[in-house]
Amino acid sequence: MSKNKLFFSRQIIEAGGNRWDLALLPIVLALLVLLAYGGGQMARPYQLGETLTISLDPLYLPYYLLRTTMRMFIALAASIVFSCLFAVIATKYRAAEKVMVPILDILQSIPVLGFLSITVTGFIALFPGNLLGVECAAIFAIFTSQAWNMAFSVYQGFRTVPAELSEAASVFKLSSWHRFWRLQLPFATPGLLWNMMMSMSGGWFFVVASEAISVSNQNIKLPGIGSYIALAIEQRDLHAIGWAIGTMLIAVILYDQFFFRPLLAWADKFRFEETGGQTAQDSWLLAWLHRTERTQAIVAKFGKLLDRSFVMFRLRKDGTSIHSRPKVYSALPMRIWDAVIAAIVFYSLWTLIRFVHNEVGWGEVGHVFVLGFYTLSRVIILIALASLVWIPVGVWIGMNPRLSERAQATIQFLAAFPANLMFPIAVFLLVRFSLNPDIWLSPLMILGTQWYILFNVIAGASTVPTELRYAAQNFGLKGWLKWRRYLLPAIFPSFVTGAITASGGSWNASIVAEYVTWGDTTLKANGLGSYIAEMTAIGDFPRIALGIGVMCVFVMACNQFIWRKLYQMSESRLHF
Amino acid sequence: MTTPIVELQSVGKTFRSADGKDRSVLEEVNFTLNEGEIVSLLGKSGSGKSTMLRIMAGLIPADSGSVLYRGFPLFGPADGISMVFQSFALFPWLTVQKNVELGLEAKGIPAKDRAEKAEAAIELIGLSGFEGALPRELSGGMRQRVGIARALVMEPEVLLMDEAFSALDVLTGERLREDILDLWESGKIPTKAILVVSHNIEEAVMMSDRVLVFASDPGRVRDELQVTLSRPRSVESSEVRELVDKVYGLMTAGSTRVGRVTGKEIKLQLGDRLPEAEIARMEGILELLVYEPFFGRADLPKLAEVSEFSDEELLAVSSALTLLGFVHLEHGDIIINPLGEQYVQASNPVRQEIFGKQLLEHVPLIAYIRQGLVKDPSGDLHEDMFIRLLRFTLSEGDALSALRVAIEWGRYGDLFEYDFNTGILNIPKNEDADSA
Repeated sequence: MSKNKLFFSRQIIEAGGNRWDLALLPIVLALLVLLAYGGGQMARPYQLGETLTISLDPLYLPYYLLRTTMRMFIALAASIVFSCLFAVIATKYRAAEKVMVPILDILQSIPVLGFLSITVTGFIALFPGNLLGVECAAIFAIFTSQAWNMAFSVYQGFRTVPAELSEAASVFKLSSWHRFWRLQLPFATPGLLWNMMMSMSGGWFFVVASEAISVSNQNIKLPGIGSYIALAIEQRDLHAIGWAIGTMLIAVILYDQFFFRPLLAWADKFRFEETGGQTAQDSWLLAWLHRTERTQAIVAKFGKLLDRSFVMFRLRKDGTSIHSRPKVYSALPMRIWDAVIAAIVFYSLWTLIRFVHNEVGWGEVGHVFVLGFYTLSRVIILIALASLVWIPVGVWIGMNPRLSERAQATIQFLAAFPANLMFPIAVFLLVRFSLNPDIWLSPLMILGTQWYILFNVIAGASTVPTELRYAAQNFGLKGWLKWRRYLLPAIFPSFVTGAITASGGSWNASIVAEYVTWGDTTLKANGLGSYIAEMTAIGDFPRIALGIGVMCVFVMACNQFIWRKLYQMSESRLHF
Repeated sequence: MTTPIVELQSVGKTFRSADGKDRSVLEEVNFTLNEGEIVSLLGKSGSGKSTMLRIMAGLIPADSGSVLYRGFPLFGPADGISMVFQSFALFPWLTVQKNVELGLEAKGIPAKDRAEKAEAAIELIGLSGFEGALPRELSGGMRQRVGIARALVMEPEVLLMDEAFSALDVLTGERLREDILDLWESGKIPTKAILVVSHNIEEAVMMSDRVLVFASDPGRVRDELQVTLSRPRSVESSEVRELVDKVYGLMTAGSTRVGRVTGKEIKLQLGDRLPEAEIARMEGILELLVYEPFFGRADLPKLAEVSEFSDEELLAVSSALTLLGFVHLEHGDIIINPLGEQYVQASNPVRQEIFGKQLLEHVPLIAYIRQGLVKDPSGDLHEDMFIRLLRFTLSEGDALSALRVAIEWGRYGDLFEYDFNTGILNIPKNEDADSA
């Protein structure tokens, strides 16, 4: 009888209870052992000047991958904590917000290497005689490549919590702590996750630079994939590069399967649009964890703990209490604060002028600005070229639903793949055919970031309303007219979003892409990126600062005058 | 004896407009919510009734006057006051059960009691079996039931409802309303008073013991109407119809603009709001009016029924038509003027011409824009200029909507053209050619 059968199979699963647990147990144990080992290695004694041996033997790669992964996840955790703190403080205190948001805007446009060169000595001094200081510097560098956009997304999320939900939270007297966990963080989660994924691929890009620290006359190679690649480049070992590429491929797949996919599937419930929308991601791991009783018990325990904290931090008074009487705000403190900010800004401006005058000279500033224009023209031309290629491809894929589902996963993967691994190959080719580095190094800048354009165009094309599609067919739109009147306007907003990300990434990548080494061959393209990279290698602080400052100016000007305008245009006119 | 629960004493609220001047949203509002009554607040959109509700909920502070709850000043959300929201305001990531428990959780009630109370409230509102569902799995009506359960589980003395039924379809809204009235009558809930903000006149009459009519600019209580009919009330009964009629009359009295102090009608000014009425709707109403079964004169509730417009839409359309001199209002009836009849009979180009003429005569903002364009040597002006002008008297949202209405009307009346991309207004091209 079918009924009986059903009963039996259910019984096996349920009585198993432990069956899923059993399978999970070795994984968890192995993970713990690995973490303990890696953690122990991070805090080894170490004297400055001592060389850490890195081996190009592929057998070491799993260990290096472990170390690198630990760094990246520590940095990611720090970024999440930072983002939440930033958002909480910035939304709670108006005075703080006034300063914090512009600072973040600037930090975002500072190239990652800049941070490393400035902070590495300080971190080493923090833990004398221990490797932890260098580890911290590397982790901090990865953190700086991940944190800013995540912080922005959480802040954005906090600011855009729908008014009625906020009011409901007030009416039911949720404390700030309670509100954070039940309303603000859940609301910001989808954006945060998306940015975490972008940050992670950004992090890969800078792993090489942050593990093989060669700034400020230091030459330390922390055990990790990045150092492995750096060494392979120094020794011109193409095989080792191949191994490293393979390892990274595996790492990206592991991250996707064990971390991002389960997280995305789990976070589906935080989508705010209450109906429909895109389908949820599936994750075998999440399904597995859901079935495992022990993990469920742990999750429930954490849930209870959180619940208890809500009770502990609850509001003990309501609106009838004299303590909730509105405080009388006067405008004066805010004015004083504004004045203080203005004073600081003027003082810094003056210091800056003095610094430029004394340390580098105005001629150098002019020169660096010219270099900036070289890089700017590279970025613009490359974005234009990438758009020419990827818009038609993206539209084609996006309009075929079956294709687009499969393509999205592939492209997400390509975006996560660190493009700098291709650099040695590029150098090899450039030297072999003696090509002009000013032109042929440029494509490297967009290698990793072009995917954002493709990805967004596909997303845009797949959301074109079906009725519009039918209408275009019905009127027999063809050729250029079809593109101009129908397809281009339809995908414009998502294209702009993609292009913004791509251009930001390209600026950042220019530091690595305009100055490429392969053994003792160094290829250089004239530009702001190569200037910063060169000065970083020498350890010339005033010039590093100048380069970074100028890059900030360029990036912010681009955002202000090009992207924000295009974005506004797409917001007000070109959407459904 | 009536016992007051919440009292508003000459409450005022202002918002800052662009030029730094304060624009008053509420002025001198006096209101007492007593034990054992359901009160409805009616008024046009933007009349400040939602603001008043939020002041009573402790969500926003009053700028002047005082708010008392049980005789003590109210500074923020209070334990005994709960609220139901127009868009439900459910937390989409929490299950029905968790949503209902939210307020209890914040109050620090132990998990077991919480679950019991929430289950009881869910059962009371007729949602048993849906405890584990996420809001996105539920229909609109069921979502609002969750919103109501979430408010009721707090055992509030005062229940505030902010257009709680307006996001639902008519039938669902009616059923939910009846369920709440049943709970209220049966005494199964500890709630002692309910305040409903609404723009549905029939709903207000069916539910409440008192109906307050709000006037706008600045918002204040203009009229008050006692409803002494026993419950349950029948929509079809003549008493209910009569009251609905009366409220329509109150709401349309002096519908163009009412002076602040005197209560007398004064002419529309340059910097005033314009009724948000679409032209197609205005023409539709005019055409309905002329023919069967109205023959030029219609009872507003009847017209609402036939046209299937909501009260808000119909009121906007009728005040726009009055403003332009196509109709006039008398005791809640709308009566067509000869000009209106002429308009309906005319062909499209003639209609547009009449429309344009009436605009220039009766809408100062449009006349001002047109005059500016004619005088300007280039014949085109940027919209920002007019927005800045309106911002002297209106909030940003109101200024934008007034200009939007003016542009829509002016375009139809062939008085000016407008380019959305550049935001530039100009004299129609063919007219240019004529005069040159």
